Amino acid sequence: MLSIRNIVKQYSGHRALSGVSMEIEAGKVFGLLGPNGAGKTSLIRIINQITAPDSGEVLINGEHLNQHHIAQIGYLPEERGLYKKMEIGEQIIYLAQLKGLSRDEARRRAIQWFKKLEIESWWKKKIEELSKGMQQKAQFVATVIHEPKLIILDEPFSGFDPVNAELIKNEILELNRNGATIIFSTHRMESVEELCDAIALLNLSHKILDGKVKEIRNAYRTGTYLLEYEGNTISIGADAPFIIQHEQAIEDGTQLKLTLKPGHRVNDMLGYMLPKCSIHKMEEVIPTMNEIFISTVSRNGGDLHLPTNK
Amino acid sequence: MNKILLIIKREYMTRVMKKSFLMVTFLVPVLFMGMMALVVYLAVNQGGLGDTKKVEVVDESGWFANKMNSSKTIKYTYVNNIADAKKTFLKEGYDYLLYVPASMTKVQLFGKKTPSLINQGKIEDELTRVARERRLNEAHIDAAVLANAQKEISVQPEQIDETGEKHAHVMAAYGVGLLCAFLIYLSLFLYGAQVMRGVIEEKVSRIIEVVISSVKPFQLMLGKIIGVGMVGLTQFVMWIVLTIVLSGVAGTAVMGNKMKAMQQVQTTKHIDVRSATAPITDQAAEAPQNEAAEFLQSLNTLPVGKIVFCFLFYFMFGYLLYSALFAAVGSAVDNETETQQFMLPVTMPLIFTFIMAQSVIINNPDSNLSIWLSMIPFTSPIAMMIRLPFGVEWPQIAISMALMVVGFLFTTWVAARIYRVGILMYGKKASYKELAKWFMYKE
Repeated sequence: MLSIRNIVKQYSGHRALSGVSMEIEAGKVFGLLGPNGAGKTSLIRIINQITAPDSGEVLINGEHLNQHHIAQIGYLPEERGLYKKMEIGEQIIYLAQLKGLSRDEARRRAIQWFKKLEIESWWKKKIEELSKGMQQKAQFVATVIHEPKLIILDEPFSGFDPVNAELIKNEILELNRNGATIIFSTHRMESVEELCDAIALLNLSHKILDGKVKEIRNAYRTGTYLLEYEGNTISIGADAPFIIQHEQAIEDGTQLKLTLKPGHRVNDMLGYMLPKCSIHKMEEVIPTMNEIFISTVSRNGGDLHLPTNK
Repeated sequence: MNKILLIIKREYMTRVMKKSFLMVTFLVPVLFMGMMALVVYLAVNQGGLGDTKKVEVVDESGWFANKMNSSKTIKYTYVNNIADAKKTFLKEGYDYLLYVPASMTKVQLFGKKTPSLINQGKIEDELTRVARERRLNEAHIDAAVLANAQKEISVQPEQIDETGEKHAHVMAAYGVGLLCAFLIYLSLFLYGAQVMRGVIEEKVSRIIEVVISSVKPFQLMLGKIIGVGMVGLTQFVMWIVLTIVLSGVAGTAVMGNKMKAMQQVQTTKHIDVRSATAPITDQAAEAPQNEAAEFLQSLNTLPVGKIVFCFLFYFMFGYLLYSALFAAVGSAVDNETETQQFMLPVTMPLIFTFIMAQSVIINNPDSNLSIWLSMIPFTSPIAMMIRLPFGVEWPQIAISMALMVVGFLFTTWVAARIYRVGILMYGKKASYKELAKWFMYKE
C-alpha cells in the first residue's frame, strides 16, 4: 500500500527525518510510535503532501505521491480544529468537497455519519457551541467521510473520554475490516499496541525498529514468567530449571518472577513446582512496546527521550 | 481550480451571511446620506439650527451704534451704559457684550464662555467694515470706486489637446482625486486586515492542517484573498446602489424645494464679484449653492470613464497586492496582537502615499515625485488616483498598470512562500530573520 523509502527532511535548526524507510501493508493497522519530537508528524505531513521531503520517495500502490492521492487519504491531525463560527454540518460538507466529493454525496454521507454517531441534532450548531469531545467526533467524521483507503490518525484518542474513545476505536476497526489501511501515530505506545498488526519505532529522526508486533515481541522475549501459588514461601533449590528474579508475598499467597535457565521450557518449570505447591496463576512476562523502545534505544546507545505518559 | 472555487465560495458566503456585514452594508449609506443631507441643509440654511448669538453692544465711540448689520448667526442690540450692561446682559438672555470705548483702542467682548473663533471673526469683520466705510467717507473716497479698484481677477483654467478645448475644473479634480484615493486607501486596510484575520483564525483554530492536507497552501491563500475581495466588491457595489437610491428618495422627498432652488442657481449661474457694499450675509448664503452647482457641473468635464476604469483596476490590483502581504503577516503570527511588528512595513507605503497625496501630489500632480509615486506598485493605487483627474496620458497609465501587475505577481510569490511555512508553525515567535528562512525553504 504505502512504501516510504529513505526519506530525509531537514529543517533549518534540526533534522526531522534521516533516511527513514518503511513498508505499510494494505488492510493492516500500522503503528507509528515514538516519543514527541521523533519525527512522526513530519513523516505524516510528507505522506499528506503538506510538505515535501528533501530526498527519498513515497509510493502509494507503486505510484509516486501525486494530487490524486489526496482524495484517498483521510488525516486526523494531532492539533484538531474546525472553523469556530461555521455550522458543523456545512463544515463537514465543505471539507468533504475539498477532498473531491460532490455536494450531494457529501451531504448524504455526512447525515449518515451523524446518525451513526448519534449527533444529528448538532447539524446546525456552530463548533464554538460544542464541547471538546463533541468537536472531536465531528472532526473524526471529517476525516473519514470521503471513504479514504488510507486513514492517518495522529494521537487519535487524546481528548476523548473513555466511552467516546472506545466508540471511535470501534469505528476505526470497522473501517479497517472494510478494507481501509490505518496508521496510528502516537507517543503513548501502550494505547495502540494491541490494535496494531505492525509498528515502526522512531527516535530522534531515525527509525530504530519496525516489523510485525508479534515478531518484535517474540524477538524481545526473555523467558521471564510470573507465577503465583497459595501459601507462604517455599524453598527452591539450585536444581530448579529457573532462576528467581524476585519474590514477594501477595494477598493470598506468594508471587515469583522467574527466568528459565537456558535449554528449559515452561513445562519443566511447572513440573518442578507442581508437587511443591498449589499454583493459582502463571503468565509470561512479555515486554511492552514501551520497554522494547527503551531497551532498543539504550542498546543503540542513543539519547533516550522517555515517552511522557499523559 | 475547482477547489479554489470552493474556498472562494466559503470565504464569501460566511462573510456575506454575517449580521455585521448586513449592518455595515446598509448602515453606512444611510449614515453617509444623513451626513451629506446635514451638510447640504446647513449650507443652504445657515444658522437654520436656531443657533443665533445675541450680542449687546455698548459703543462709546459713536462709530458703530446702529450701523452693524445683524446676520442669521449674530444679532446686535445697542445699549448705553457699560456698567449696567455688564451686570444685566446675561440675565437678559444675551450671549456676549461688546464694549467699544471712546478711544477704540481696547475693544472688549465679554461672555460667559469664550466665543468661537468664527463668531469672534465675524464680529471683528463687521467692526472693521463699519470703521472702514466711515474712514473712506471721511477721506472722501467713494466706496464703489474703491471696490472697483480692488476687483480680483480670476483665471479660468482650460485644457487644450488634439481633441479640442474644454473647461478644466481644479476643484472637481481635487475632490474626485481625493475621494478615489481615500476609498482605495480605506478599502486596502479594511479588506487586507480581513484577509489577515482570516489566516490567523485558521491558524489559531488549527483547522489549517486539515485543509492543507486537501489543498495546496497557495490555493487556500488565493481563494481567501479572492473571496474577501469579492466581499469588498459586493459591499462597494451595494453602497453605491444604496446611496443612489437613497439620494433619489431624499432628493425628491426631503430636499425637494432646495434642489429646485439649486437647479435655478445652476441655470442662471454667474460668479459674483465681491463688492464691498454688498451685504456680507447675502453672499454667505448664496456661495455654497453656487459652489455646489458649479462643482456638480464641473464633474462632467473630468475624464469619467478613464477614472472609473482606473479606479476599478487599482482597487483590484492594489487589494490583491496588499492582501497577499497581509496574508503572509497573518501566517507568521499566532494571534492578532503579535501582528504589530510586521504590520508597520506593510502599511507604511500606504500611509506615506496617503499623506503625500494630500499635500505634494495633489498640489503638483505632474512633478517628478508624483510621477514616480504613481509608477511604484506599492504607492501607485493612491498616487495615480490623485493624478488622474488632472489628466494623465495613456502610455503613463499603461506603464503604471503593467508595473502594478508585475508587483502583484511578485508580492504574491513572496507572500506565498512565507505563508506555506508560516501556517504550520505554532508557538514560535517569528522574526524577520525567521521569515527570510521560511522564504528560502524548498518546496
